[in-house]
Amino acid sequence: MDYKKIIPCLDVKDGRLVKGVHFVELKEVGDPAEAAAAYSEAGADELVFLDITATVEGRKTMTDAVKRTADGISVPLTVGGGIASTDDMQRLFDVGADKVSVNTAAVRNPDLVKEAAEKFGSERITVAIDTRKSDSLPSGFEVMVRGGREPTGIDAVEWAGKVVALGAGAILPTSMDADGTQAGYDIPMTRAIADAVSVPVIASGGAGELEHLSAAILEGHAAAVLVASIAHFGKFTIAQMKEHLAAAGIPVRL
Amino acid sequence: MIAIIDYGLGNLRSVQCALRRVGAESAITADADEISGADGVILPGVGAFWRAMENLRKSDLVNVVLETAKNGKPLLGICLGMQMLFSESDEHGRHEGLGIIPGKVIRFTESLKIPHMGWNEVKHGTPSPLFESVKDGAFFYFAHSYYVVPNDPAVAIGVTDYGKTYASAVQKGNVFGVQFHPERSGPVGLEMLTNFYRLCKTT
Repeated sequence: MDYKKIIPCLDVKDGRLVKGVHFVELKEVGDPAEAAAAYSEAGADELVFLDITATVEGRKTMTDAVKRTADGISVPLTVGGGIASTDDMQRLFDVGADKVSVNTAAVRNPDLVKEAAEKFGSERITVAIDTRKSDSLPSGFEVMVRGGREPTGIDAVEWAGKVVALGAGAILPTSMDADGTQAGYDIPMTRAIADAVSVPVIASGGAGELEHLSAAILEGHAAAVLVASIAHFGKFTIAQMKEHLAAAGIPVRL
Repeated sequence: MIAIIDYGLGNLRSVQCALRRVGAESAITADADEISGADGVILPGVGAFWRAMENLRKSDLVNVVLETAKNGKPLLGICLGMQMLFSESDEHGRHEGLGIIPGKVIRFTESLKIPHMGWNEVKHGTPSPLFESVKDGAFFYFAHSYYVVPNDPAVAIGVTDYGKTYASAVQKGNVFGVQFHPERSGPVGLEMLTNFYRLCKTT
């Protein structure tokens, strides 16, 4: 069966959680390893670490955080943020990351995707794409880089097709228009990309209600949904999200 | 002690962590003597088939894997490590594998998303000690685009449906292979590794 996944995303800066994760049982709110272990126990299908560290010093702390996190969970961990070379990827794999996600670096140097897929396998390479609406491009969506601040003039759907051809094993498109709004995923954008590529697409940005999750899969054709605030603030548990998807007729691992 | 073969490719650390959790001592090693002295051997692997075979050859570790298979010690191939146990793969042209289990490795051609990346059910096939106390239809984590087609269907101890039904776990005597990642499959994955550890202790 083609089971759909729920993937909590943890924003980590200098090895600490940026937004608190509001699990009652957490001893230390800022520790990503503890939050990840709690999500792993709670039935999350995978986990994503987004490193928003800006300094070299902070990145060393990050490597340690990835190591402690990977050792404490029994589901796959993807690490993204600031990855610019296959050496960076190797360092993360060495401390236990199962997959890596590249974004800006892939736009600057598309061959990085090819090189990484050849070296580590497509299954381990996710390409994250930040998008925003743009009337001047064929699909209506433009690729943004540098944390969604810088427009590139590249069509997001075309770009997704290109990185898949280069070897990306999954696409993680985040709508800058929807991110943080909790008003729902950008369904037209998610669907445009999911229908254009052969690899799984992970919907990201904007989830606030249970209905948003099922819509991303049923209407957006996503293979998985990334969840942040909707999970971190304790609004819904992973079990509640899965029960909602199951009730909507979506196959999930319960 | 279980030897986790290190030939420059693979998710070695998470395998070792999972073994530690089930109480099994293990060593990540590229030393043929250490591997042949171990109670059991795990052949992990990710990436491209031909590169993995090339690395294994370059590391001079093909013989020790073949010997392990022959001398009766438990050998477990995980993901690409499972595929390498077979005769040949179609990935990036035709490439020869270890040939321990007759059969080939081919790509999914279904209309579903490829890679097959996520959780899926493994239904029991031919009874195997590897699945002892593991529920029929338990969920395991998969990440692959190619799958094995054994010449002898009876080697399939577990089968999975992804557009088609294929062998997701195999056994030929003391040699086991799993397409999924038990080390990333939650408590049920640890249960399977406990079974493998028990085989290592008693063989």
